[in-house]
Amino acid sequence: MTAPLLSIRNLRTWFYTESGVARAVDGVSFDIGSGETLGIVGESGCGKSVTALSILRLIQPPGRIESGSVIEFEGKDIVTLGDEDIRHIRGNRISMIFQEPMSALNPVFTIGDQVAEVARVHAKMSRKDAWDRAVEMLALTGMPDAESRAKQYPHQLSGGMRQRVLIAMALMMKPALVIADEPTTALDVTIQAQILDLLVDLQKKIGTSILMITHDLGVIAETASRVIVMYAGEVVEESDVDELFAKPHHPYTEGLMHSMPHIGHDQERLNVIPGTVPAPTEWPAGCRFRERCPYSWERCESEHPPLYQIGTSHVSRCHLAVEPERRNHPHPPIVVEAGVAAA
Amino acid sequence: MIRQIAQRLVQAAVIVAIVAVITFILIHLAPGDPFSAVMDNPNVSEAVRQTLRVQYGLDRPLPEQFARYVSSLAHGELGWSFSHARPVREVLGSALPNTLLLMGVALVGSFTLGILIALIQVARRGSVTDHALSGISLFLFSMPDFWFVILSLLAFTYWLPIFPVGGAVDLVMHEYMGLGGRIVDRLRHLALPAITLTVLASAAVARYQRAALLDVLPADYIRTARLKGLTERQILRRHALRNALLPIITMIGLSFPALLTGAFFVEKIFAWPGMGYAVVNAIGTRDYPLVVGGVIIGSIMVTLGSLLADLLYALADPRLRGR
Amino acid sequence: MPWQTQDFAADSGPTRLRESPLGLAVRRILRKRSSRVALFVLGVIVLVGLLAPLVAPYNPAAQPDIVGLKDLPPSFAHPFGTDPYSRDVLSRVIFGARLSLMIGVLATIVSLTVGVAYGAISGYAGGVLDAVMMRLLDAFLSIPRLLLLIGVLVAWPRLSIGALVVFLGLTGWFGLSRIVRGQVLALKHAEFITAAQALGASRRRILWRHLLPNLVSPIVVAATLGVAHVIVLEAGLSYLGIGVPQPLASWGNIIQDGSDQVATLWWMALFPGLFMVLTVMTLNILAEALSDAYERR
Repeated sequence: MTAPLLSIRNLRTWFYTESGVARAVDGVSFDIGSGETLGIVGESGCGKSVTALSILRLIQPPGRIESGSVIEFEGKDIVTLGDEDIRHIRGNRISMIFQEPMSALNPVFTIGDQVAEVARVHAKMSRKDAWDRAVEMLALTGMPDAESRAKQYPHQLSGGMRQRVLIAMALMMKPALVIADEPTTALDVTIQAQILDLLVDLQKKIGTSILMITHDLGVIAETASRVIVMYAGEVVEESDVDELFAKPHHPYTEGLMHSMPHIGHDQERLNVIPGTVPAPTEWPAGCRFRERCPYSWERCESEHPPLYQIGTSHVSRCHLAVEPERRNHPHPPIVVEAGVAAA
Repeated sequence: MIRQIAQRLVQAAVIVAIVAVITFILIHLAPGDPFSAVMDNPNVSEAVRQTLRVQYGLDRPLPEQFARYVSSLAHGELGWSFSHARPVREVLGSALPNTLLLMGVALVGSFTLGILIALIQVARRGSVTDHALSGISLFLFSMPDFWFVILSLLAFTYWLPIFPVGGAVDLVMHEYMGLGGRIVDRLRHLALPAITLTVLASAAVARYQRAALLDVLPADYIRTARLKGLTERQILRRHALRNALLPIITMIGLSFPALLTGAFFVEKIFAWPGMGYAVVNAIGTRDYPLVVGGVIIGSIMVTLGSLLADLLYALADPRLRGR
Repeated sequence: MPWQTQDFAADSGPTRLRESPLGLAVRRILRKRSSRVALFVLGVIVLVGLLAPLVAPYNPAAQPDIVGLKDLPPSFAHPFGTDPYSRDVLSRVIFGARLSLMIGVLATIVSLTVGVAYGAISGYAGGVLDAVMMRLLDAFLSIPRLLLLIGVLVAWPRLSIGALVVFLGLTGWFGLSRIVRGQVLALKHAEFITAAQALGASRRRILWRHLLPNLVSPIVVAATLGVAHVIVLEAGLSYLGIGVPQPLASWGNIIQDGSDQVATLWWMALFPGLFMVLTVMTLNILAEALSDAYERR
């Protein structure tokens, strides 16, 4: 087993707001190996985007990465790195792709310029060399007629094209890790498939690792080899992709699986997980999913579950790991009984 | 693009035409004879009065007066200045370059200074420097122009006699100086009025540009730039500023009225022989044609200024350039 | 299966109580320290102006000793000195506050009325009338306000204060009418207007009930800034001799009185100017706080 490329230990990113301390990421640990694709899946508000931003130290006040968090990358701890060093990593060793290609590009510069900028900053390339490399990269992302497209402005490109630009930007310096935060959510369905294929393809060609963040299980199925499920600022399940789909353990993961509509299934209504994510300023004691869980019992209220080992590379933060027979006695989740989510 | 320019020119012409109508109405709405100050003045000879009556057709019906007014305007005729005993066109024509010089220097200076201050403030936002500069620019912005000019005059010509008291050139010695000496003399006389107007105007620019920069900073593409590993300074200078400059260009057009008004007071107090000086003195002598001429030319300047700003904006924003 | 379909809507928390725009504004102002101070200072100045006859040590027009009290620098008896006509400057400044503020407020009321009416009519009417009115507006906007006023006031010598107020007001509504027109246009096509019409409400009622609340914020901000502009403008005009008629005391007049010997009579330029700056600064701070408050909405 080679050493992991990125190793996160007990990451806690808290936001100090007027209404209290929001513990957006509250003790998250995972590893990413070389050349592997790790998926993080969860609803909005579970902390996956904040995790991604924390990796690149892009958390602005009132947010702060709490001490005790460790992000080890290429032998250094990102959390304690100096400003110069972290800038050296951004765009160069670790890069990121965002959800909104519309607004992520500066409207007053050509796309070629913006892609080339990465090389000018990190490799100190001349304008011409950087431009040439940018065009090369754009062509690699499947952009037709890259040479002339590079001279265009963002507003002249479609959403899918812009995302290709951002991908090209991210891969310019052949980084070791690319973080993709909902890269296809804002795109049309047909384009989504193209972009995902592109990412997988480029990963094989260049050999980067990908951290794929999404709320869409379909995307995970397409691209990832291992998956982390996040809820309420914590990792609640981690496993290989196939095992997760075949044998989800955590009730939340189960709920996610069941809320995916299936073609061919006759359904009148969509399944949903009742209730909503609690506010990050007030994580409940005990298990944070308890009130929405159909299996919860007294232990779940009093004892915050640790990550139990389920299989060889499968962990789950649920007491069902030690009392599996409880799974045979489902009940309406507490939120439904309380009438909050009344029919 | 050409079509847009042509459209804007036509619009500008329409505006100037409306301004002409408005000034005509103004002239004739006043009680009594528009030029009663002159007409009642016993020193004005009968011959001049007769010439004026004929020239202005004051005895003709109103529509005809209007027609003559419009046609004379179209020929660039702005009437006769009583106090100068010359055509208004000549008086203002020789004064205008001085005003343009003053305004030009102040325009460039105030935008440069204002943008610089805004950059410093944003680079150190929240710091003591930022707050201090905000306070100073608010103070300057809230000041009546003429008061600031008076203080400037007092400060730098009386209390600390660095600059000459007024005028564009040294009235006594200028003729006798060599070329270099004359240039220096002009510069010395231009310096304080120009600096005063510049500082006055840069307060508004600094406030506006600071707000524009702060507006731009949370944008997604700024986050992208940070992700690429650029330093905060590079981000500010290369990405933020370029986008925040766009509203500033609009401001250039909008600043003309204030700049012109400021120039008026600067010219009066420093006796700088520009259009403002002529118009302000015309107030005292009730030289109405000169005042009206000043209004018309002032409006034309403002219209042209905003036209220029619009064109610049279209050039600067790639989204507007069209395919 | 525990994951049965549920037939409910997820609630996202308690609904916000509706807040009146005025209440919101006042609360916002009181929250920031800078605007609290500004409000306080402005309040003091307004109070001084209102109570001028009680506060001023002397009658602003009184000339008790034409020779002995002429051109005196600040002293205990006359904290702001005396002017070339042997009048106490402090009293004149206090009465000047009263006059300048009054002119500012009244002129602004005129501006607001005309501006709202013009913008509302133009936006509501649409079509050719709107286009013509907007062109006219552009023309007005292209004449610098001071210049326009100079043009008008030179034609009308010896103006009364009332007429001055009217002219000041008639030249200050241009920007506001644009904003009002924009609001009217936005509302014309807003969905809730169609909904209200579907419920049978008359167009006039709709405009009244829906338009005005949305206009409160730009009007309040415009009013605050408007008063500030008029104060400065009136001072400038008085300084040029075509503003408030002499021998009334306005801040601009006081500066003008001392303008011939500005170097020796420095107190005549300094004090009125300081008060003007103070007043305008507080108004600017308040306007900024108000527009921030409304934007946050």
